[in-house]
Amino acid sequence: MSIMKRHTILEKNSLLLTVSILVVVSIGGLVEIVPLFYLKSTIEKVEGMRPYTPLELAGREIYVREGCYVCHSQMIRPMRDEIDRYGHYSLAAESMYDRPFQWGSKRSGPDLARVGGKYSDQWHMEHLINPQAVVPASIMPGYPHIAERDLEVNVVRETLRTHQFLGVPYSQEKIDNALADLRAQANPDSEGVDALLERYPKAVVSDFDGDTSRLTEMDALIAYLQMLGTLVDFSIYDNKANLR
Amino acid sequence: MADASHGRDVDELSGTETTGHEWDGIKELNTPLPSWWVWVFYATVAWSVVYWILMPSWPLISDYTKGIRGHSQRALVAEQVAELQAFRAERGAGLIDAALEEIRDTPELLTFAMANGQAAFGDNCAACHGTGAAGFVGYPNLNDDAWLWGGTLEDIHQTILFGIRSAHDETRFGDMPGFGRDGVLDREQIRDVTAYVLSLSGLEGPTGANLEEGAVIYADNCAACHGDNGEGVHALGAPNLADAIWLFGSSIEQVTESIANGRAGVMPAFVDRLDPITAKSLAVYVHSLGGGQ
Repeated sequence: MSIMKRHTILEKNSLLLTVSILVVVSIGGLVEIVPLFYLKSTIEKVEGMRPYTPLELAGREIYVREGCYVCHSQMIRPMRDEIDRYGHYSLAAESMYDRPFQWGSKRSGPDLARVGGKYSDQWHMEHLINPQAVVPASIMPGYPHIAERDLEVNVVRETLRTHQFLGVPYSQEKIDNALADLRAQANPDSEGVDALLERYPKAVVSDFDGDTSRLTEMDALIAYLQMLGTLVDFSIYDNKANLR
Repeated sequence: MADASHGRDVDELSGTETTGHEWDGIKELNTPLPSWWVWVFYATVAWSVVYWILMPSWPLISDYTKGIRGHSQRALVAEQVAELQAFRAERGAGLIDAALEEIRDTPELLTFAMANGQAAFGDNCAACHGTGAAGFVGYPNLNDDAWLWGGTLEDIHQTILFGIRSAHDETRFGDMPGFGRDGVLDREQIRDVTAYVLSLSGLEGPTGANLEEGAVIYADNCAACHGDNGEGVHALGAPNLADAIWLFGSSIEQVTESIANGRAGVMPAFVDRLDPITAKSLAVYVHSLGGGQ
């Protein structure tokens, strides 16, 4: 009886009860969360991951702003039919520079984790402006304003700096050249393309929205979509070494 | 659990023990939990211990407990995918070495290729070419017999693998310049040649256009790729301008736009996305849609 009576102390001291709840919940949380930071097997070793280019990052901000994640996940689960449709299952390493990640679990639309390169830039533009123009049965709303709005380029350095603060390895060189890199990626004829590709290998340089004279939010969003899932080199990725 | 300081106190009316708490004569019954609920709770606690032993569960210093079943989601799915691939490889084994014509002419191979091709079409091609392959403005109709880059089985296969103006090194590439944008033709010349191009398929051009002038401009600027009579050249991806099929539309505005600013439709390369059997199946499927040559 006596041990069962001890809890009256907790019941009669609200502060002690609060602190005790905090301790108990923390133990549960720590046991689940802390190992993810030190277990080697939680993040795979892969070749090819790099931080987002300034234009991709700007596109990503628009992706988040427009709430694309509400209907589109970016997480291919390790299940046979998912792999058959979308490609190799997503790896933790593929979202290591995501702040915040876009995994999601709601799929009114298809998963976008490997949509990069699957469709042409032109298709993305027409589809974003009016999805039903190219996919009549689609229930996706149109986003025509993205094609009309100029990309706010002046914040890009600060955006990179913010991500650097959050742990993304943006070097000072990358931050200093952010604006130049951003403009170079949307114009294949510009001089800065080589420097951009030097800093960000495999970056897709294209005139995304078909108009080099203007840098719109559409340019940025398509640049982001076209790189999704294209970075990791799966030809040298060792599946067997990363089983769990 | 009655509070001992209050003593056991049983409610007369319900016969249930009370907690001993009392407010203005109102007492709180201490009704015990149903025993089935309590036992289910104990069972889940016991099951969690069984689960720790069977399945991966507890984190350790540098690793985690693997459980005696050795379960691994990734190993499991790798096995399932391998099984699927083996199944397809077995069913489609004939397709790997067979020439495309052979697949088309052998019923057993064709049945597999058509089923496989149709499924792959829905996922990979329908977004641009439409579920019925009828295309949209800017995305070719695959049911008709007009082919930009050739409609033989090999041509279609090549296009599926490497795309058109794609990022792949082996892509096909054709360049329709923007004659107005690049300053080659002025406004009037574009109007005249627009009228001439439309006249090739019997369509009405812009008012006030000079057809003879247009014919000369056509011969100087367009015929090299599109042919003297607008019949087009597959090797260059230059469309036939004399038929009634218009990839980018046949209105005066659309044709003027094509001439003034050029056109450069892109088809991505699918060689890295599709396995060889599926790529071949798709070629046969698309070829069968109606317009294969």
